[in-house]
Amino acid sequence: MDNTLDLTVSSAPHVKSEETTSNIMYQVILALVPVMFASFYFFGPGAIYLLLTCGITAMLSEVAVQKLRGKPVTINDGSALLTGLILALTLPPDLPLWMAVFGSVVAIVLGKHIFGGLGYNVFNPALMGRAFLTLSYVVSMTEWTAPNGGVDTLSTATPLEGEAEVINLFIGRVGGSLGETSALAILLGGLYLLYKGYIDWRIPVGYLGTVAVLTTLVGEQGASFHLFAGGLMFGAIFMATDMVTSPVTKKGRWIFAIGCGFITVIIRVFGNYPEGVLFSILLMNMCVPLIDQYTLPQIYGEVKANG
Amino acid sequence: MEAKTFDHGIHPRYNKDLSKDKALKEAAVPDEVVISLQQHIGAPAKPIVEVGDTVDFGEKIAEAAGFVSANVHASVSGEVVAIEDMAIRIKNDGEDRLAEGIESQGEIEDLSVEELREIVGEAGIVGLGGATFPTHVKVSIPDDKNVEAVILNGAECEPYLTVDHRTMVELTEEMIYGLKAIMKMCEAEKGYIGIEVNKPDAIKRTEELIADEPNIEVVPLEVKYPQGGEKQLIDAVLGKEVPSGGLPLDVGVVVNNVSTAVVIAEAIREGRPLVGRGVTITGDVKEPQNLVVRIGTPIEEILEACGGFKGEPGKVILGGPMMGQAQVDLTAPVTKGTSGILVLSKAEVAQYQEAKPCIRCARCVDVCPVKLIPTALMNLTKGDKVLKLQDYNVLDCIECGSCSYTCPSKIEILDWIKLGKGKVQAHIRENE
Repeated sequence: MDNTLDLTVSSAPHVKSEETTSNIMYQVILALVPVMFASFYFFGPGAIYLLLTCGITAMLSEVAVQKLRGKPVTINDGSALLTGLILALTLPPDLPLWMAVFGSVVAIVLGKHIFGGLGYNVFNPALMGRAFLTLSYVVSMTEWTAPNGGVDTLSTATPLEGEAEVINLFIGRVGGSLGETSALAILLGGLYLLYKGYIDWRIPVGYLGTVAVLTTLVGEQGASFHLFAGGLMFGAIFMATDMVTSPVTKKGRWIFAIGCGFITVIIRVFGNYPEGVLFSILLMNMCVPLIDQYTLPQIYGEVKANG
Repeated sequence: MEAKTFDHGIHPRYNKDLSKDKALKEAAVPDEVVISLQQHIGAPAKPIVEVGDTVDFGEKIAEAAGFVSANVHASVSGEVVAIEDMAIRIKNDGEDRLAEGIESQGEIEDLSVEELREIVGEAGIVGLGGATFPTHVKVSIPDDKNVEAVILNGAECEPYLTVDHRTMVELTEEMIYGLKAIMKMCEAEKGYIGIEVNKPDAIKRTEELIADEPNIEVVPLEVKYPQGGEKQLIDAVLGKEVPSGGLPLDVGVVVNNVSTAVVIAEAIREGRPLVGRGVTITGDVKEPQNLVVRIGTPIEEILEACGGFKGEPGKVILGGPMMGQAQVDLTAPVTKGTSGILVLSKAEVAQYQEAKPCIRCARCVDVCPVKLIPTALMNLTKGDKVLKLQDYNVLDCIECGSCSYTCPSKIEILDWIKLGKGKVQAHIRENE
């Protein structure tokens, strides 16, 4: 037999699952399709411009940073596009596009690459972009366009500052950020992600559940209003569940989610900002390494060794 | 009956159809065998023959060096032509002259526990599941330990491999006889045979033959990797957890592979030492088969017996794809631990991409059968955090490879963990 064969030697295991990182990213983007469609339906072509601007800027920023750092360009993995799209969906529909460009650059450069790139960032990059815009362009970031077919066509206030019927909040016929208004569309995407196993149910359930319980106790507007208004639903399903910036342990995910819920309610009910989702997730992102460290599961055989 | 299992684990593609219906067949005997002195866990055996000696089939040619070691026997009759590189080379004279003493040693009932252990040790039997731990050591139960149950491992959870499956279907009676011998040696009341439900013929055949055995039970197991891991098997069959750092003996259990039980039966009833074993040859070969191969047969001859490579080979693996070892030297011999020879095509090997960054998806956490945090162990190893690694129970890793298998970033997480284990072990030695 021929002994000059070119055989590979590597360690076990010699077979791998078919799942890839980029597939996960594109599946999450697929789950955003109902939300993107709803944003177009309610806010018209402006939604498309904003999505395109953020998506493209995020990808270009990624290429630029990776070239500068002399790292391989990994724009095809879908993660930069996903960050851009999520950022766009948290922005007011009429935000000037140049601001969206700034936000996307901050999200990718300061939110992601400053920490070392994909997988190393402490904070959700899209939320970093959004936080930058919220603090820099206060007026533009709080001008809410009325949606097409909305019942409160004259109102320009964010629902958190006004009154809105729960059914309109659920469907999305209210003013608000591009992708945050339609709980229906968000839930559709969320169910897909749950079905495919790309998010852990503990995070949205823990987050939304905490908000529901606390707002029943202390909120003036009641739990159903708080659940469907503002950015909570989108944040709980698409942002708090970000794999990179949430805990890897099951117990840790509960703590993380409940923490997000607490901070959200504190800011919404007792704070000066109408919305607390953004900062609650960023603050809890910061706690993730600590949470992971203190929520190690009991390993196989551990009890009896000590007992 | 509902299939039992353990927590976590993975469902790789099993690819057992290639060979699962191929009956066990004797492989051609080679002109020369190379018999390694280190085919088992423990000290290498000491040669007791010299170059030029004539040996018979089944003759002991190297002796166990110490308690945890195993005898080694000639798998052909012929002349010892070399003793080098920790191996004895024998030129086959084609006569298969039986060595003295290869005859029935009696029946289980007539033999004492000590006599049975002696027979198993003399026959050089080691665990055939792949770990190759000397069996006589395993069945020598310390006085302060009590064995309640012996479990035969017929899970065969490694993808591709089917030799245990064939053994259970074709050598069922021998397997049960071997189990009874192990039960007697361990003074255990109960015997269980755990079989994954993707082998219904093996379950049915075994159940038929144990119909009159009140102390032996077949336990159908869910098809999941690593169901055949010793601790996972005990968890599934008895619902017991082996303490961290402990042995199955600590929960009153001894686990043996089904093929090991068969060679124990042969050692008792025929006086036959361990000189051959079943091997699944599969993957990208022309005719996948389950062959009974003489120990010391070169891998390339066995591959040729299976029609050779189907296409361009990319990897030749000894054992299964999850825990087997890649081999480049195809003149290397089959040893007591070779349960399979798996060929992966060049295209299949090439499809695995380079590692990407960890995105903390926690799939490794969700599949780890020990409930470790593989991604954290990897990062702690990179950061040289030896004490933390110990806190995170790195030494409990059973190296099943489920983390590396499942990683969407294609990171060889297990390699990092093994490195981390090494660091912790070195640290422990230094501080002793």
